[in-house]
Amino acid sequence: MAGQSTYVPTTGFTRWLDARLPILRLANDTIITYPTPRNLNFWYSFGGILSFMLGIQIVTGIVLAMHYVPAANMAFDSVENIMRDVNYGWLLRYMHSNGASFFFLAVYIHIFRGLYYGSYKSPREVLWILGVIIYVLMIATAFLGYTLPWGQMSFWAATVITNLFTSIDQILPGVGTAIAHWLWGGFAVGDPTLNRFFSLHYLLPFVIAGVVVLHIWALHVPGNNNPLGIDVRGPQDTVPFHPYYTVKDLFYLCLFVILYAIVVFYLPNALVEPDNYVPANPLVTPPEIVPEWYLLPFYAMLRSIPQKLIGVIVLFGALAILLFVPWLDTSRVRSMRFRPLAKQFFWALVVDCLLLGYLGAHRPDAVFPGTGIPMLPFARLGTAYYFAYFLLILPLLGLLETPRPLPLTIATSVTGTGVEQVNAPAE
Amino acid sequence: MATTTADEPTRRDFIYIATGAAGAVGLGLLAWPLIDQMNPSAAVLALSSVEFDLSPVQAGQQVTVMWRGKPVFVRHRTPKEIAEARAVPVSSLPDQLARNANLPDSAPATDQDRMFKPEWLIMIGICTHLGCIPLDHEGDYGGYLCPCHGSQYDTAGRIRKGPAPENMYIPPYSYLSPTKIKIG
Ligand code: HEM
Ligand code: FES
Repeated sequence: MAGQSTYVPTTGFTRWLDARLPILRLANDTIITYPTPRNLNFWYSFGGILSFMLGIQIVTGIVLAMHYVPAANMAFDSVENIMRDVNYGWLLRYMHSNGASFFFLAVYIHIFRGLYYGSYKSPREVLWILGVIIYVLMIATAFLGYTLPWGQMSFWAATVITNLFTSIDQILPGVGTAIAHWLWGGFAVGDPTLNRFFSLHYLLPFVIAGVVVLHIWALHVPGNNNPLGIDVRGPQDTVPFHPYYTVKDLFYLCLFVILYAIVVFYLPNALVEPDNYVPANPLVTPPEIVPEWYLLPFYAMLRSIPQKLIGVIVLFGALAILLFVPWLDTSRVRSMRFRPLAKQFFWALVVDCLLLGYLGAHRPDAVFPGTGIPMLPFARLGTAYYFAYFLLILPLLGLLETPRPLPLTIATSVTGTGVEQVNAPAE
Repeated sequence: MATTTADEPTRRDFIYIATGAAGAVGLGLLAWPLIDQMNPSAAVLALSSVEFDLSPVQAGQQVTVMWRGKPVFVRHRTPKEIAEARAVPVSSLPDQLARNANLPDSAPATDQDRMFKPEWLIMIGICTHLGCIPLDHEGDYGGYLCPCHGSQYDTAGRIRKGPAPENMYIPPYSYLSPTKIKIG
């Protein structure tokens, strides 16, 4: 798919430029003629949506930084100034804070899409790993950004997360605390911490943009996977990216932006903890500290474990395990459309993550409202299932499950000319 | 050249290694300032001690003092609280070290080793789990309850239940007079 460029410069200038910097050729080959499987569905539109949201965050962020002051005694007031006095400041801030939420919504759909269609399998392992790196960088960026308004949640989220490093004290006494002091630039979260968090919050989105370029490069070498999970066998299986997918992506982008706009204009604080409108106070921890919704499942895992170091290992392990998925899944069939058992475990994982998200918003000693049933055992079970899915279910199912017959080619499947089995044993 | 065999070091090999080593040292020398600039600055280190008058604090009350950007709890314990803390055998505690900066690191977590005078618990009010500020006079042991992940401490600030691994720390402090302390 990659390699054979079909670009033909037509004017004198483009011929001149093509011989010096073939940038138009690159653009042509990546977004115009790029051969794309003809059967990509709705779930494949989130890559484009994610690129768009990264752009929104960078543009609104740079403008906010023109008014924001990264100093402990002024940060909160400067955000209030943005909200009340700066022209359209309220819009820019609400676009940025809710933009982070929609960015994560899109990335979660994008990741689960990959898990369902087996997009992490050979030859797309590097593509998948780059995606996991982008996701981890997004988490870091959002965490740093969340501290900037310097409200109560900002301050205490910064405290709790940086203190995760002190768990290293349990294996290397003193080292964890030294790292925490180094991160803080003091003996507690304070002015130096806020200042450096701002510097890094500004930097990381551009690092993300760089990794996105690598991600797309790694996509264009093997080409897209598709809902059938079978390889493209020839030109009859593909269509050019433009106009087919530019238009399809744009259509779904519009729907997504309508949803985003509804939240920005009508429910701008629906996803915000009210405590973050209280200025940071290092002497009082709010009765309940919770992260933003997109990190709740991880927080539930951390809180479900009564031992500090193990809790932290589980928290980071939940992210790290994603890096190994290409080798943990032993099935030869990519798409779960043809994996009757794996499909059910997959949906159980989706429900599990939603459940963990719900539990993460409640104290570990909480009970389900109106029932008196404690939540803690469910949080532990949910954590166990998350790890079991990757460490037990994926490796074993590949060996035990009989996949359904695969269609011979994308074209025959799309045009409905019979389903032939290629590599699965007969039922 | 024909007489030199491949595994005999040449003068050129020496120059490669020497250049590489000098480059590595240079990189290290440059990296350290970039890393160390993030450590607490001289201005932060200078804010090192505070004095506090104990006399207004009534038995059963607790006051919080800021020291090095951290809250320090000054708790006037009641006789009942003292008796409860002293009744606990050290062997039953999750963390059996005093964590008292005024004593050797190996001092056991007896109530006596957590403070100079039984009525006055002077302690850094930071949960040793992930750094929240525990609520005083709360929890199963009448000491502290951390709102973040539910760690419970007794009236000597020793961890009894929950994810926190250590007792809350005792800062370096001394009595300037019977009713006045200096922290730091
Ligand atoms: C990956 C892209 C980004 C993400 C996920 C992100 C996320 C966030 C989040 C969650 C907040 C807290 C919102 C609130 O509660 O107010 C925030 C605040 C902020 N961000 Fe970003 N951000 C991104 C890119 C940027 C960029 C490129 C800049 C440029 C300097 C920037 C500048 C700021 C500023 C100045 C604030 C504080 C003002 C405020 O709280 O609204 N951000 N960011
Ligand atoms: S910070 Fe106190 S229990 Fe986690």
